[in-house]
Amino acid sequence: MESKKITFILDGMEVEAKEGATLLSVADHYNIHIPTLCHHKALEPAGLCRLCTVRVSKGSWSRFVTSCNYPVWEGMEVETASEEVIEHRKMIVELLLAKCVNNEFVRELATQFGIEAPMLETRDDDCILCGLCVRMCERIGTRAIVFSGRGTQMEVATPFDKFSETCVACGACDFICPTGHIKLSEITDKEIRPIPSEYDEGLRGRKPIYVPYAQAVPNIPAIDRTKCAHFLTGDCKICADFCPTGAIDHKQVDEEVEIEVGAIVLATGCQVFDPGNRDIYSYNKSPNVVTSLEFERILAATGPYSGHLVRPSDEKEPEKIAWIQCVGSRDVHPGTKPYCSAVCCTYAIKEAIVAKEHSKDSLDAAIFYIDIRTQGKDFERYYNRAKKAGVRFIKSKISNIVQVDDNGNQLIRYTDETGRRVEEEFDMVVLSVGLEPAPDVQELAERLGIELDDNNFSNTGSFTPVSTSKPGIYACGVLQGPKDIPYSVMQASAAASAASSELAAVRGTLVQEKTHPSEQDVSAQPPQIGVFVCNCGVNVGGIARVPEVVEYAKSLPNVIYAEENLFTCSQDAQKSMRETIAEKKLNRVVVAACSPRTHEPLFQETMKAAGLNKYLFEMANIRNQNSWVHQNDPDAATAKAKDLVRMAVAKATLLEALEEQHLDITPAALVVGGGLAGMRAALSIAESGYAVHLVEKADRLGGQANHVHWTWKGEDVQPFLINLDKEIRQHPLITVHLGAEVTYMSGFVGNFHSTLTSAGTSQEAITIDHGAVVVATGGVPYRPEEYLYGEDSRVFIAHELDDLVARQDPMISEGRSCIFIQCVGSRNDERPYCSQICCSNSLISAMKIKEINPDIDIYILYRDIRTYGLKEALYTEARAKGIMFIRYSLEDPPTVTVGEEGELEVEVIDQMFRRPLSIQADFINLATAMEPAANEDIARHLKVPLNQDGFFAEAHVKLRPVDFATDGIFVCGLAHYPKDVEESLAQAMAAAARAASLLAKRIWVSSALVAHIDAETCVGCQGCLNGCSYGAIDFLADKHICQVNIAICKGCGSCAAACPSGSARLAGFARQQLNAQIVASMRGI
Amino acid sequence: MADFEPKIIAFLCNWCAYAGADLAGVSRLQYPDNVRPIRVMCSSSVSFENILKGFQMGTDGVFVGG
Repeated sequence: MESKKITFILDGMEVEAKEGATLLSVADHYNIHIPTLCHHKALEPAGLCRLCTVRVSKGSWSRFVTSCNYPVWEGMEVETASEEVIEHRKMIVELLLAKCVNNEFVRELATQFGIEAPMLETRDDDCILCGLCVRMCERIGTRAIVFSGRGTQMEVATPFDKFSETCVACGACDFICPTGHIKLSEITDKEIRPIPSEYDEGLRGRKPIYVPYAQAVPNIPAIDRTKCAHFLTGDCKICADFCPTGAIDHKQVDEEVEIEVGAIVLATGCQVFDPGNRDIYSYNKSPNVVTSLEFERILAATGPYSGHLVRPSDEKEPEKIAWIQCVGSRDVHPGTKPYCSAVCCTYAIKEAIVAKEHSKDSLDAAIFYIDIRTQGKDFERYYNRAKKAGVRFIKSKISNIVQVDDNGNQLIRYTDETGRRVEEEFDMVVLSVGLEPAPDVQELAERLGIELDDNNFSNTGSFTPVSTSKPGIYACGVLQGPKDIPYSVMQASAAASAASSELAAVRGTLVQEKTHPSEQDVSAQPPQIGVFVCNCGVNVGGIARVPEVVEYAKSLPNVIYAEENLFTCSQDAQKSMRETIAEKKLNRVVVAACSPRTHEPLFQETMKAAGLNKYLFEMANIRNQNSWVHQNDPDAATAKAKDLVRMAVAKATLLEALEEQHLDITPAALVVGGGLAGMRAALSIAESGYAVHLVEKADRLGGQANHVHWTWKGEDVQPFLINLDKEIRQHPLITVHLGAEVTYMSGFVGNFHSTLTSAGTSQEAITIDHGAVVVATGGVPYRPEEYLYGEDSRVFIAHELDDLVARQDPMISEGRSCIFIQCVGSRNDERPYCSQICCSNSLISAMKIKEINPDIDIYILYRDIRTYGLKEALYTEARAKGIMFIRYSLEDPPTVTVGEEGELEVEVIDQMFRRPLSIQADFINLATAMEPAANEDIARHLKVPLNQDGFFAEAHVKLRPVDFATDGIFVCGLAHYPKDVEESLAQAMAAAARAASLLAKRIWVSSALVAHIDAETCVGCQGCLNGCSYGAIDFLADKHICQVNIAICKGCGSCAAACPSGSARLAGFARQQLNAQIVASMRGI
Repeated sequence: MADFEPKIIAFLCNWCAYAGADLAGVSRLQYPDNVRPIRVMCSSSVSFENILKGFQMGTDGVFVGG
């Protein structure tokens, strides 16, 4: 039942309130401030401190009452700040000051009341007996502190002066105590420590109710049941009192949901190695020894030190930082892992470079490593950059790290490459911790019935890189083995490809399409704008004065309606907005709330549901870019909110309904290049149900894979390739074009037209239509001019030697000594990239040779052995088999000569002994660089970029590793970067998934926020064309004008800015619309 | 000049600078209230005319973030 409304006089003004409400709450509602000490919204009013005293009267009757617990009644008259009332409060404060004469909080309060020194006898206490702590503890449900004694002897204490068993050490008493009297450490003997924030790696604490991190999805708080006082005591629930929307439900329980699926993709990820397991690192002993993830948080602007580079012990900026590589990886001690974690070298280099950038003085950064493994695309360049920036790289073996007394520094004891024992002191040490499978992976594997390998990674084969041992269950990411972001993303798409091939027959059968009412045409109506101003709980309304903003909005031209909402984004508010649009006949809507980046799509859905074009909508960002950044200035925030609303209304007035273009997609793909990657991509797309044209310029499929005999896991490549070839030829949806090349291509996403020409035959060129393109043009091994290659028949490049090994040539079976030279043509000035596959390939070949001829001496001359990830097992095995490794440097490469008796002689300066060695060999293998194919022509036809090494440049190196910035074109295999069979296949499947997901749409919906060029006024100067980064503008020579291809246009609007005649215009952000905002922004500031 | 308060128009690219301004809010970074942001889809879409319009209307500075 609604309680009765009553009226009374509050400080001379007539006010309305609900009968029975407390005087304090009504005064608060009318913005009248009454001081309190013992009042708290979460607690029952107690009237203990009496500071909230006011005077109530009616007629000749009057009395002083405590406003916090005095109910209002009809006809009463209240004075909250009369001289008498103030005098009354002053007396109370003076008594408190006498009791707590040295307490800072009380002294501050006394100063506010103009009291300098109490006239009474003083005591040195600091408890004002407000009872907040006692009542809070009661509310929490623990009653671990109570009032004891009476009268002047009353004090706050634990029951019977003993530590209470019921105390949960929540700290609420300590938190709420205004004077600092209550200290949690004196209340309880339980362990007091903050709840470590998972996101900040425990470098700071978090609350039991918390948003895990700023980008969390959904971005709403969660309650930690193991820490929340309610779940410990059954009481509290203070959060529910404070939540303005009543969103907190403590009764929620875990739900078990059953869903039927046709395939499962596992992407359970990893955790990092706990360096506390290896005591040589002193991780648990010194706060200045941190893990690389902790260091990431230290560097982060949102981290515990706001991005200032400081060390935890004393928050001083370190002058020297050391990174220790392979912590928990490539190690044989208990609790560590034998494999390489594949990502730590590059991330340590990144941290060192970023730390140097963050540091005010020149930071001395040193990386202690075994091998630097920067094998990924562009990573070697990054390594070179770090060396140039002065990062020290120290090849070493760490003995231990000990804390130096007093100063918080660490002493690193290590053995350098030459075997010398060295010590060096650092301010801070970062441990490059390795990756291991998520902790519950074994349990999950057992439940699903999938096999794991010795290291608990999912067992997958090189030819089926994302298939687990159980059909229909796929694995991707670090669950399948340690890997970096690009490869994880590729595998994710590959898993999607594998799952969608399996489900191709039932695609779309469970889809429910959403319908909207038909759109009203409002073009003939004058603008009728509705403004909805959001309080966002207290996020906006607690700072900017929202009612004032609403009133202001109503005064703006074309605004016919404005209202405030507690949460404009709530479901209720959306429903009411739809009704308001209909009722008030609104034809444009402005929401003043948070950011359009997060909430525009939600409101645009409401526009559609109300039958309005979604582009007749505009947002004013009065939270993220206003109330949150001017928290201490309500006047400024209110004024800026008005300006932002005025600007949004000015733009909304000029908004037009925009239409998205729908274009049919040709349900076929063109795969350029018939190597392993192209073959796999073609088959995967066909398995998803789409036609594929597979174009190969050679006269057979297979590309480089024709020369590969074994994968690193020992699988035989040739039978697999033959089988793949057969599957492709038998697939009804695949057309193979051998001996053919793409000589011309036009069109755009969903609608490409290509011309294929067969070389050297009289066959005519054919034209094919397709909706997507996969580029898999492959690579070629570098043919060296060095090391007598081509001059001496005993010097081979990798695949030539492998052919001999495969057929057990007498040279292999009878030789006494052979030498492998690594990095031939790689990692030098000419090709400053690592070819990624050569280290593993050489080890595979060397071990095959040892198998055939156990007595042969094999030397591998290397710079860094890059058997990254699980391939580290090869390196371990090769050393166990007696293969000898000799490190050389780029500056002193080996030399190969023919001796007097015709023997091959290799001279090398061994970096370990720092002296030259001379070795005789019966044959030499050169591990040569992998170069891209001649890609320039195809890149030009497709209008996609190549990087400086001639490989194709993807849209985003981390997050879009198989896409191009141009829609509808994808890349995989060696055309992207050197990679092994398994990675090529995974990337091919990824490209196939991306292509198939485009073809599955059937219709391409181009954004409405694209540019248009007015054919009437365009003079054909082509200024726009030159500025367009997407190739979306064509020059029509016959009409001498430029035209935008809206399927390619990304809506950046650079053409509009460049156009001298104003013919180019970006819909939704036209020059006039921006000008309207500019004009509006300068009114009233 | 001591109490001079400049009026600044900021053109912010939707994909970076505008997102950065949003993040500044999420991080509760406090900064002066003199700036009036205008969201654009790319800093390259800000024309000379827009900038001159700002000065014509009395802005003291134009910030293009992209």
